[in-house]
Amino acid sequence: MISSSRFLPRVSGLALFLFLVVPAPSLVPARAADPAEIRIGYLHLAESKQQPISLLDEPTDDDGIAGARMAVEDNNGTGRFTNQHFSIEDMRLKPSDDAAAAAKSLIDKGILLIVVDLPPGMVLTAADAGRASGATLFDAGSSDDSLREEDCRANVIHTAPTRSMLADALAQYLAWKRWQRWLLVTGSHPQDALYADALKRAAKRFGSTIVEERIFKDTGGARRTDTGIVQTQRQMPVFTQNAPAYDVLVAADESNVFAGYLPYRTWDARPVAGSAGLVPTSWDPAHDSWGAVQMQNRFIKLAHRRMKAIDMQAWTAVRMIGEGATRTQSADPAKIVAYIKSPSFEIAAFKGQKLTLRDWNLQLRQPILLSDGRTVVSVSPQEGYLHQTSELDTLGYDRPETKCKLN
Amino acid sequence: MQAQLIRRGRIRRWPPLWLSLALTVGATSSAFAYTAYVTNERDNTVSVVDLDKMQTVKTIQVGQRPRGIVISPDGKFLYICAGDDDIVQIVDTKSQQVVGDLPSGPDPELLALNKTGDLLYLSNENDALVTIIDVKERKALAQIPVGVEPEGMGVSPDGKIVVNTSETTNMAHFIDTDKRDVVANVLVDARPRYAEWKSDGSEVWVSAEVGGTVSVIDPVKHVVTKKITFSVPGLRSEAIQPVGIRFTKDGKLAFVALGPANRVAVVNAQTHEVEKYLLVGQRVWQLAFTPDQKYLISTNGVSNDISVIDVADLKVIKSIQVGSFPWGVAISPE
Repeated sequence: MISSSRFLPRVSGLALFLFLVVPAPSLVPARAADPAEIRIGYLHLAESKQQPISLLDEPTDDDGIAGARMAVEDNNGTGRFTNQHFSIEDMRLKPSDDAAAAAKSLIDKGILLIVVDLPPGMVLTAADAGRASGATLFDAGSSDDSLREEDCRANVIHTAPTRSMLADALAQYLAWKRWQRWLLVTGSHPQDALYADALKRAAKRFGSTIVEERIFKDTGGARRTDTGIVQTQRQMPVFTQNAPAYDVLVAADESNVFAGYLPYRTWDARPVAGSAGLVPTSWDPAHDSWGAVQMQNRFIKLAHRRMKAIDMQAWTAVRMIGEGATRTQSADPAKIVAYIKSPSFEIAAFKGQKLTLRDWNLQLRQPILLSDGRTVVSVSPQEGYLHQTSELDTLGYDRPETKCKLN
Repeated sequence: MQAQLIRRGRIRRWPPLWLSLALTVGATSSAFAYTAYVTNERDNTVSVVDLDKMQTVKTIQVGQRPRGIVISPDGKFLYICAGDDDIVQIVDTKSQQVVGDLPSGPDPELLALNKTGDLLYLSNENDALVTIIDVKERKALAQIPVGVEPEGMGVSPDGKIVVNTSETTNMAHFIDTDKRDVVANVLVDARPRYAEWKSDGSEVWVSAEVGGTVSVIDPVKHVVTKKITFSVPGLRSEAIQPVGIRFTKDGKLAFVALGPANRVAVVNAQTHEVEKYLLVGQRVWQLAFTPDQKYLISTNGVSNDISVIDVADLKVIKSIQVGSFPWGVAISPE
C-alpha cells in the first residue's frame, strides 16, 4: 500500500480516523496466477576511485543502478495491473574481471536481458559471450561511436548517447549563438582524443572553425591539495594565452584532468563549452521541463541524491524492457526485445517528445540537454535543423554514413 | 467584406460583419455574458476573460503553479490545483478572491467535478494516487492507488465511473466511484494526459501526448476500439502531442488540442476521422466550450494567449492575451 503519511496533516481528525480504521480496498481483484517474473541483470564496475575536479561530481556507490531501480519500481507500478513483476540482479566487476564470465553467470541464472555500464571493450566481450544464448545487452554507459558503427552488435541496444550526438548537439547551439570560432583544448588520454574527433566532425557539419587545437598533457598528481587553487589561477590563463581570435573555448576532457579549471580562468574573456561550462548531456539534475520535475522528485525520494545522466540512461534501458513486457503481455525476453526493435516501439522519457530506436544500429534517438551546471540552457536539436526522417537524426552518425552491419 | 487582423505573422479573419453585429447585439443580453477563467502556470494567477468584450478584465492572484481548474455547476466557485503549494484553492467568482482550500494531498495537477458538484476527483502525481474530496465538508473521503504519475481525470455522465490516466504506466484506470476501487485498466499509448467521456457515455477518449494518438475506449468492454492518429503536412510527427479533448453535446464533433503542433484537430466523433486542423496559438493544451457551445476556448502556453474558435464555422476568430503560460480553462455557466 502506498504511504499516505504526507497526506495525513491535511485531513481533519474525523476523516483521519476513518481513513485509518477502514481498510483500504485491494488494488485489483485477486488473481489466480502468480505474476510473471522479468529478471534484469545489471553489470557495472565497482566504484571508480578517480577523483573529479569538483567535489560536487564525486561518484556515488549507486551511480546508474539507482536509475535502474527506479525504473523497476515504475515497471512494477504497471505490473500490478498486468500481472508482471520486475527485479534487478546487481553484479559488480573489477576492470580486470572477465566480462564474458560475468555475462555467462547471469545467463546461467536465466537472465537474458542485461543492462551494462562498462567500458567499450567489456561491452563487446559480454555481448559476444551472450549471443549464442539469446542474451540482449542494454548499453547505458558507453558513448563510444565505434560500438554503434564498425563494432556494432545485433544484441546490443544503446541508451547512452554517442560522443558524436553530444558534439553535434553542442555544435548546433553554438552555431545558433554564432560562436563559430572555436579554440579546441584536448586532453592527452585516448578517450579525450575520441571526443575531440567528434567535436571536429561537429564543427565541420555545422559550419564552425577550429582556430587552433591545444593538447593539455596529464602530468599526474593529486586532484586535491590544500592550496591548489593558487597554482590553477596562474596556470590556466598562461595555457590559453596567445590564441588566435576565437569565440568559445571547447574542451575535450573526458578524463576530468583540466576542463573544470577553465571557466573564468582563460586569458581572453571567453565562454567554455564541451567537458566544462556548457556541457551536452542526456540528463541534468536541474532539468525541469516536460514533467521532469516528477521524475527528479521520485528519484530523490528513492536514492536520496540528485539524478545524473548515467541514472537516466539506466532508467531508460529498464523502462524500455518494461514497455516491451507491457505491450507484448509477455515475460519472454525474445518477444520483449523483438518489440523494442520493431517500428511500433516508442518511449517517453521527459524530453518533450517520444524516443525511438535507430533500426540500423540500435541507438536510442534522443534530444540532448545543454547544461551550465545550474540550469538547462537549451535542448538540441535546435530549431531549423531539418531531417527527412526525424530531426533527432541530425545528432550523430546518420543512416547513410553508418558503418554498422547488424546480422 | 471581412476585416483582417495581423498578429505574429499570421492573418486571422474577423467574423463577417453580420456576425459581429449579431454579437454586439447579443452582448446586451445576459445570455452571452460568459466568463472564461484561465490558470497561468508561471504567473501564479487566474486571468478573468470577458467573452463579450473578448478581453482579459481582471487577474486573480492564486497559489503556486496553478494548472487544473473547474467551476462549480452553479458558477459560484472555482477549484484550482495549486500544485507547488500542494492544495486545491477555492475562488469565489463574485468577490474574485481565494476563499479557502481543499485537502488535496501532494502535487495536485488535474481535477474533475461530478455533475452535482459535490465530489471532486483529483490526481496526485508524485504519489500515484487519486483523491476523492467531499466539496461541502472540505475533506478527503478516500485515496485510490493508481499507476505512476496519474493525471487525466474524466467522470462518466452518470457519475458511476471515473477514468484516470497514468503518464508513466500508460494506462486508463477505470475507478468505480461507489466501490472507490479500480475495476479495469486499459493500456494506451505513451504519456496519456486526458480522458473525456461522450455525453451519452458510449465512449471514453484518452489522449497520449508522447504517443501522438487518441484511444477510443469502449467503457463496458474496457477495450480500445480505435486509435485516432493525426498528421499535419510539413510538421514533424514528434510535434503532434494530443492533450485536451472536448465533445459537442450532440456527440457529432470532437476537438483535440495538439500541443506544440499549435493546432486543434476537429474530429468526426462518429466516424473517428479527422476533418480539419485549426491553427491556434503555440503549445495548445486545454479546451473548454461556452455553455451554449457557440465558442471553444483553447489555452496556448507558449504564446501566452487563448484562442476563440467559432464552433459552427470551425474557424479561429480571435486570440486574447492572458498571463504567462496559460494552462487550464473553465467557463462560467451563465
